[in-house]
Amino acid sequence: MNRRFNWPIWVGFLLVLAGLLTYPFFVQFPVTRDFPWANLLILLAGAFVLGDGLVRAFRQREIYHGRILGSALAVLSLFVIGFFAFAAFYVVRQLPASKGAPHLGQKAPQFTLPDQDGKPVALADLASANWAVLLIFYRGHW
Amino acid sequence: MDSVEINQRHTRQLGLTYSFLSDTRAEVIRRYDLLHAGGGPGGTDISRPGEFLVDKQGVVRWLNLTDNLSVRARPEQLLKAFDEMSGKTAAN
Repeated sequence: MNRRFNWPIWVGFLLVLAGLLTYPFFVQFPVTRDFPWANLLILLAGAFVLGDGLVRAFRQREIYHGRILGSALAVLSLFVIGFFAFAAFYVVRQLPASKGAPHLGQKAPQFTLPDQDGKPVALADLASANWAVLLIFYRGHW
Repeated sequence: MDSVEINQRHTRQLGLTYSFLSDTRAEVIRRYDLLHAGGGPGGTDISRPGEFLVDKQGVVRWLNLTDNLSVRARPEQLLKAFDEMSGKTAAN
């Protein structure tokens, strides 16, 4: 009797890949960016389905293929999940303490820098001409 | 740390009207102690994220120094800081 194709190991692995690759999509929305629960759910679903496939491959080896392939996909999936966890929970927190940044109630350090038209802009001028100034130090990178 | 030219391109493409200042040598970033040495693409220096609300006298009235790159100030937090600064309460 021909053994059946073990679809759970493939679907599980694809879900794990999707859990990682959909990060640039979900990161656009603060609700799924602040804590990556959407990606974690997809990764978890993938792990469960792949796990189910492995169980079938090992416990029902007369019926299902997939012991070797399933094990390889499982190891790859562990790497993918590990990489995601590392990037999403460790790397993003590697920021300097910035203890020397101005505190509440302190005067913001003065500066003059060119704007997008090359015109010099001084903080003191912005502050006196407006009700308040919001300084955003924008980091356009992970 | 982007150049004036890059900022000009960005603001025109996105239709932004507020000021984008260029700090290519990271002088102001350092003055505010926000430098993240080696944290940028290819190991270059970059700024860590930071927001400061400064009043007319130049005093910091609110700030946000996230400890997680993924978590930035939401517009509601900023609006709340503006309201508190202008003396508005939840009852107003």
